[in-house]
Amino acid sequence: MLNVGKIEEGFVLDHIKAGKSMDIYEHLGLDKMDCTVAIIKNARSKVMGKKDILKVECDINTLDLDVLAFIDHNITINVIKNGEIVEKRVLALPKEVRNVIKCHNPRCITSIEQGLPHIFFLADEENEVYRCKYCEEKYTER
Amino acid sequence: MRHLMSPLDFTTEELDKLFDLANDIEKSPEKYAHKCDGKILATCFYEPSTRTRLSFESAMTRLGGRVIGFSDANSSSAAKGESVSDTIRVISCYADICAMRHPKEGAPMVAASKSLIPVINAGDGGHQHPTQTLTDLLTIRSLHGKLNGFTIGLCGDLKFGRTVHSLINALVRYDNIKFVFVSPTELRVPDYVTDMLREKGIPYEEVIKLEDVIGDLDILYMTRVQKERFFNEEDYIRLKDFYILTPEKLSLASENMLILHPLPRVNEISVELDDDPRAAYFKQARYGVYVRMALILTLLGLS
Repeated sequence: MLNVGKIEEGFVLDHIKAGKSMDIYEHLGLDKMDCTVAIIKNARSKVMGKKDILKVECDINTLDLDVLAFIDHNITINVIKNGEIVEKRVLALPKEVRNVIKCHNPRCITSIEQGLPHIFFLADEENEVYRCKYCEEKYTER
Repeated sequence: MRHLMSPLDFTTEELDKLFDLANDIEKSPEKYAHKCDGKILATCFYEPSTRTRLSFESAMTRLGGRVIGFSDANSSSAAKGESVSDTIRVISCYADICAMRHPKEGAPMVAASKSLIPVINAGDGGHQHPTQTLTDLLTIRSLHGKLNGFTIGLCGDLKFGRTVHSLINALVRYDNIKFVFVSPTELRVPDYVTDMLREKGIPYEEVIKLEDVIGDLDILYMTRVQKERFFNEEDYIRLKDFYILTPEKLSLASENMLILHPLPRVNEISVELDDDPRAAYFKQARYGVYVRMALILTLLGLS
C-alpha cells in the first residue's frame, strides 16, 4: 500500500468519486498555487470501493467550496491544523455556479456573446438539476 | 428599472393592474393618445417577425410616441459582429424603451443587464415570448370575464410550441383551471409540464382526438401542427386532420367556448369559422396591441 505523509496545515478532500480528483484539482485552481498537493487516485474504500483523495497544504479559505459542492457534494473536507483534524465540513449544493460549467445549448446567447459569465442556478435541489440562467436549459454532463 | 423577460416576472396582482389598464385603453383610447409624446421605442429585431414588431410599433404610435429600429440582423451592427451588450448600451442613448427579438435564447436578458432603459423580451428563440402570453391572458380575461375556474384545451403541437408552455406556466398561478391536452403522441406536452401539474395537484387530461373533448371546453387554444415535426410523411398525413378545427367539430362545442390561436394560422382552423362568434383569434391580435400599450406605459412609469 502506498503511503502519503501527514500534512501539518491545510485540508484533505476525502470520498472523491474515483477518477474525479483531477477535475477538482483544475476547478479549484490548484495547478496555479504554490503549495504541496498530493493526489491519490483509486484508494481503497470500504464504502465506495474505490475513491480519490486530495491533500493540500494551504489555507482552506482560499478554496471555492461552492465549486466543490457542485462537482460532488458527497466529498468530505477535513481541515488540518498542527497535523490534527480540527474541523469537518459538509458541503451543500450551491444556489448558483459561475464560470464552472458551460451551457451546451447551441441556441443559447452564451454560444456567441463574448465575455459573458456562464451562470447556472439550482432549479431542483432534490434531483440536483441546474439550469442556465440565460436559456434555462438543463445542464447535463457530456 | 423594470424589464420584462418572462410572463412570470409580474405577480398576478401586477398582471391584474396591467390588464385593468389595457381594458381602460380599449375603452377610452383617446385618454392615452399623448401619454408617450416625446418618447421613443426601439424595436431591435435580430430575426424577422412582422406581426410582433408591428404590434409593438402600433402600440407605441397609438400612445403618441415614435419608433426606431431594425427588423433583421443583417441590417444591424450585429452583422458587423457587435455584441448584444454593446448594441443595447448604444440603443440606451437613442431610445427610452426597447423591444428585442433575438434567435439566441437569453439575449434580451443579457441586454437588460447592461441597459439603461427598460427592455422587453419580444421573443428569444424557443425560450420565452412573454408579450404573447400576456396577450393570451388579457384575451381570456376580457372575453371570458375571469382568469380562473375554466377548462382550457390546448390543441396541436404541444411539444415544441413555446406559446403553449408559457401559457400553461402562467395559468397554473390561477385557481380551478383544468387542462386538456389534444395532440398526436409524437407532439405531446413534455413530461416536465405534466410532472409540474401533478406536483401542484392541477387536473389535466391528454387525448388524441379533439372531438372527444371539445364539448367540455370553455376555451380552445389552437396551434399549428408543422409537417417537419414528424418523423415521416405517412404519420403526418394520418394525423394532420385530427388537429384541424372544422364546422363539424365546432358543432360539438359549447355556445360560449372561445377559440384562440397565436397566429399565423395556416389551415388548422377552417376559414368558414372566422365569422363564428366564438372565433376570438383576430380580437386576440387587437388585445396584443392593448397589452403592449399597457406594458410600455407601466415600464416607463407613465401608467
